[in-house]
Amino acid sequence: MDISTQTTDAPPPTPQPTVTEQKRNARGATRPGDRVFLGLSRGSGILLLVIMAAIAVFLTYRASLAISKDHGNFLTTFEWNTNLNPPVFGIAVLAFGTVVSSIIAMALAVPVAVAIALFLTHYAPRRLSGPVAYVVDLLAAVPSIVYGLWGALVLVPHMNGLFGWLDHYFGWTGIFDWQGGAPRSMLTVGILLAIMILPIITNVTREVFRQVPRMHEEAALALGATRWEVVRMSVLPFGRSGVISASMLGLGRALGETMAVATVLSPTFDIQASLLDPGGGTFAQNIASKFGEATEQGRDALIASGLVLFVITLLVNGAARAIIARRKEYSGANA
Amino acid sequence: MSSAVVTGKRGSTLRSASLPKWSPWAIAAGSVAAAVAIGLGAGLGSKIQWGLIAAVLFILGTYVIASWVEGRRQAKDRIATSLVWVAFLLAVVPLVSLIWTTVQRGVKVLDVYFLTHSMGVVADSEPGGGIYHAIIGSLEQVGLATLIGAPIGVLTAIYLVEYGRGALARAVTFFVDVMTGIPSIVAGLFILSLMLMFEMQPFGFAGSLALAILMMPVVVRSTEEMLKLVPNELREASLALGVPKWRTILKVVLPTSLGGITTGIMLAIARIAGETAPILLLVWGNSFINNNPFSGAQQALPLYIYQQYANSSGSTAAYDRAWAASLTLIAFVMILNLVARGIARWKAPKTGR
Repeated sequence: MDISTQTTDAPPPTPQPTVTEQKRNARGATRPGDRVFLGLSRGSGILLLVIMAAIAVFLTYRASLAISKDHGNFLTTFEWNTNLNPPVFGIAVLAFGTVVSSIIAMALAVPVAVAIALFLTHYAPRRLSGPVAYVVDLLAAVPSIVYGLWGALVLVPHMNGLFGWLDHYFGWTGIFDWQGGAPRSMLTVGILLAIMILPIITNVTREVFRQVPRMHEEAALALGATRWEVVRMSVLPFGRSGVISASMLGLGRALGETMAVATVLSPTFDIQASLLDPGGGTFAQNIASKFGEATEQGRDALIASGLVLFVITLLVNGAARAIIARRKEYSGANA
Repeated sequence: MSSAVVTGKRGSTLRSASLPKWSPWAIAAGSVAAAVAIGLGAGLGSKIQWGLIAAVLFILGTYVIASWVEGRRQAKDRIATSLVWVAFLLAVVPLVSLIWTTVQRGVKVLDVYFLTHSMGVVADSEPGGGIYHAIIGSLEQVGLATLIGAPIGVLTAIYLVEYGRGALARAVTFFVDVMTGIPSIVAGLFILSLMLMFEMQPFGFAGSLALAILMMPVVVRSTEEMLKLVPNELREASLALGVPKWRTILKVVLPTSLGGITTGIMLAIARIAGETAPILLLVWGNSFINNNPFSGAQQALPLYIYQQYANSSGSTAAYDRAWAASLTLIAFVMILNLVARGIARWKAPKTGR
């Protein structure tokens, strides 16, 4: 009976599937169980949006409290004295350190990750590629604090040789000038971040390279191309947007990484040209190391710097998703 | 006779010269030997430098020899192949070193005593003590976070797959994607700003809330993928029998994809179990056993590792404890991962039932 009224109400020329769908939805919504279930599931979707909005609102509110009291310039001051009255602090050093360490990490990790992805999809013997891909998956799950501990106790002592060599041959550039302090510097942080984001970039890139149409590769091979020419002419062009978005996902991780940077870097609050001398800081590292001694005023200031980090990662991730969305098949979100 | 000579010649020119199959190994062995010689000769201390020199020599050697014998195109192909292999080996070194060091240094103090005692009366610089309080804290915080995060995540995924159309669904999809990339410390700061507002002291459940925020998008994504794999025929068959949609979802869709959903949740748990930053901000850490996550500072495994490293001013005993706790944490995460993958394989959605 219900159904018959529905069909007579619906205009006759509407295509068949739409009519049935309307019927199903309309009938589904009238049953109490369905209404409860739809409410619950839609409610949790809305809750997620509310949480995102709440993060933005609350961080902005606390940040505005801090910035209104700030007697330095929030963007350009080279100081972080939040327990003074009035407080003086600025994010210039942190922004610089975050950008520099992430650039180093990206410059090292992206080429290697692309090469490993190529290795797994096109070069490795099949018996090797399966287990290696599995190990890469597992390594993506190693907690960042363990990378931090390893970085501080194993990687840092091993950097002395490399730093001495860089200083000896490239010290004249200024970037690789080394005064001989412990190698807890931006370059070490960048290398550690590169190792940490390698698995995720590799995972996403590998998925993209797997989906290169077989026909493209075979066409190139049939024309007599070598394996490298196949990669250059069919695999890389097809995977370019995937590589870019994978890199940006990795960049998002590198920007927000806290504990690995906090354990390895010995921070100072100034900007220096040399990547080898210890010093500098990043947003996340500064929050973790200054938090313990901060008063409420100091915490608000840290929240203000966290807000900047939040906005930056939002932009980077949004851009990565926008690029991925153009090729829906390989969303890297579950990597 | 002359024709035989001509065909013989033609045969040799048709196939261009190529290096024998063993040549990469030979070049590799040669470059390693040269690198060792250079390293010893120049007195280079770091083995990393030896490795780098060997890699550079290998690539250069391959290029020179191949372009001399086989021509430029083949040489480029060979250099690409060797670069890819070198990149792979370069990346393996730190990762193997990480696992090796953790296991080797972790087993020193890892025993039943270590797992069943807290740091209550042990100074950070002295040997002894254990991680019992950290394990309790981690289990409670992660458990509570899962109780909050997993249902919300699964329900959101159900909304997106089964009901979601229009602007709201698109907004949720986009923000779930964006939320995946929120740094853990920002989630911690968000809860911290709430705690400042209500003037609360640190406690375990605050950490759980931050962990739940980090967990939700991961669960949504994986559950969504799994629900999409459920064949539409199953839903249609159930609906055609007059079963209401909510019962169809509960009795047909969810059981079919249960294995995959469980896998996703376990991977999400593995991810949040290693988060340090929000715990540092919200739970503070504690040397004593605190079984109540709703009041007072607690400890958690990742935070314990950080504090053993940072607060001990270089004491070997503290470093040993940090490595042992790292090994425990890695073992926990890896076991979760392996079990999750096992479930995924065992309970993969069956289509033709």
